[in-house]
Amino acid sequence: METQELDKNRINRLFREKGNDLLSVYYTAGFPGPEDTMEIARLLEEAGADIIEIGMPFSDPVADGPTIQASNNQALKNGMSIARLLSGLRNMREQISLPVILMGYINPVLQYGVEKFCSECEQAGVDGLILPDLPMAEYLQEYKQIFDNHGLKNVFLITPQTSEERIRQIDDNTDGFIYMVSSAATTGAKKGFSDEQLEYFERIRSMQLQNPLLIGFGISDHSTYSKANEYARGAIIGSAFIRLLSETEDKERDIKKFIKEIKGRS
Amino acid sequence: MSYLVDEKGYYGAFGGAYIPEMLYPNVEELRQNYLSIMESEEFQEEFRQLLRDYVGRPTPLFEAQRLSEKYGARIFLKREDLCHTGAHKVNNTVGQILMAQRLGKKKIIAETGAGQHGVATATVCALMGMECIVYMGEIDMERQRPNVERMKILGAQVVPATSGSKTLKDATNEAMRHWINNPSDTHYIIGSVVGPHPYPDMVARFQAVISEEIRWQLEKQTGSQAPDYVVACVGGGSNAAGAYYHYLEDPEVKLIAVEAGGLGVDSGKSAATTRLGRSGVLHGSKTLLMQTEDGQVTEPYSISAGLDYPGIGPMHAHLFTSGRGEFLDVTDEDAMKAGIELSRLEGIIPAIESAHAFAVLDRLSLERDDVVVINLSGRGDKDLETYIKWGKY
Repeated sequence: METQELDKNRINRLFREKGNDLLSVYYTAGFPGPEDTMEIARLLEEAGADIIEIGMPFSDPVADGPTIQASNNQALKNGMSIARLLSGLRNMREQISLPVILMGYINPVLQYGVEKFCSECEQAGVDGLILPDLPMAEYLQEYKQIFDNHGLKNVFLITPQTSEERIRQIDDNTDGFIYMVSSAATTGAKKGFSDEQLEYFERIRSMQLQNPLLIGFGISDHSTYSKANEYARGAIIGSAFIRLLSETEDKERDIKKFIKEIKGRS
Repeated sequence: MSYLVDEKGYYGAFGGAYIPEMLYPNVEELRQNYLSIMESEEFQEEFRQLLRDYVGRPTPLFEAQRLSEKYGARIFLKREDLCHTGAHKVNNTVGQILMAQRLGKKKIIAETGAGQHGVATATVCALMGMECIVYMGEIDMERQRPNVERMKILGAQVVPATSGSKTLKDATNEAMRHWINNPSDTHYIIGSVVGPHPYPDMVARFQAVISEEIRWQLEKQTGSQAPDYVVACVGGGSNAAGAYYHYLEDPEVKLIAVEAGGLGVDSGKSAATTRLGRSGVLHGSKTLLMQTEDGQVTEPYSISAGLDYPGIGPMHAHLFTSGRGEFLDVTDEDAMKAGIELSRLEGIIPAIESAHAFAVLDRLSLERDDVVVINLSGRGDKDLETYIKWGKY
């Protein structure tokens, strides 16, 4: 029974079937152009990404640094909304097979209606959600049942300041993966990892959590990606990819090149 | 029904702590400690001493004879404009800097709209020798230039918020981002009864000194601790929270909250949140919020930078939906006229924020022996340029 349940969700399947060095790539829906969202997902799959994380733009993204903020603004100017995104993803599963996670702030989801949102996510074939400003207590009390009913994994964040007790609590209340924020920071690239960060990675690794870990925030190139992979099942890249999207004139060529360089395959 | 925060951090359906995990340890540390720190004798002694000798409390409760004459009631002004730095904001910053010290924090950040909270924060940081960074919307920096310079004179660093509407909302976003990036040694002094629990409750408790004083001052002057009305302007709502606090559970006292109507609630240029907003989440709490159908926060407008905010504190959202508070809105024009009227009748030039509260006097159907307390939350020195530009005096 449990294995069947696990297999149904693409996130669980990925972590069961694939090894290490997983790469999750974040980009903002409706950025750079209003109709780019599905095309970028397709290109990421072709290029060898392992998880696709699509951001739902918000007017006040407090956990994000300047790069992702700017992409949110641009996407909103382009008319992106949850309604438009979900309608654009309706035939997603005819085109891509990778796990897809939607990431965004709670307010637009509340306004859309949590039940309606989750139900349409399920229909589109979305596998999980990251809602950084949805507190664990509220999630467990109000929303977990709805998420579960629609087969959506809620991905929690942990940071260097998260207590061991709370990490255990998070580990007990999710079965997708845990998003390990690499430093006390908003999103955006830093230069490499400090000894302090590596100690934190080691501390978390040695906790031997049930859930796989992906490290995000500050992953910008092959060296940070492969360092992160020494401590976790994979890494998440966001701002660096957004920068690429805002600069590229040939998405197909440059996304391939980008993923190849991050993964370090020749 | 209780109008104070419950053990989960909610006021009815509003409140909570909707924050990213990066802020959780800081907010949780505060939540676990704020009550025991605030209630300790040692804290209270230092807090009270500073309010008395540094802020200049108690502030007077002044019976405004000519204003009373005009509106046909006994009108009292709670003179928060006479606080050191010119507004009620300093009550909270004194309290929070003492809190920050006891939590072992070394640096202070704050957001500011009109600049009054920024000045009050820069002031207590200078007093305590702590580093201070204040985020302020670029537009607000232009319209409140004197306060920007005051903060700089006091040794604070003023950082412009250049995203979004470049006002208070965006300054708050930037302050939160700074806190995310500097979690261990920094305390964020939020200036209003907004933000994640326990901020709304903590700020309300620090501002509660306003109604604590009103009670005994009013008893001396009228024989009763309870007025018929308490009137205050509401942006985030800290001065109103302080003026209402000790009257919340006394239904005989009508609580009147005055929001900034801007150019009119239907003009698309307004900050009247209870008229235009619906339940949503911003800056860490669930509250009434001005937003699009898609849940994107809309840009508010008011002539007064201190009221130019798309939400209100969760306590006020609860007072509104429960009917305990009566919420009115006042246009820019009517607020400015009320400011001039107070200047001419009582010799007091109010902050434009506070002027909003005076503009509803003719809507209250007052009777001769009604006792009205208006919280005069700040003085108008910082607004001279806006008064001059408006020009109708």
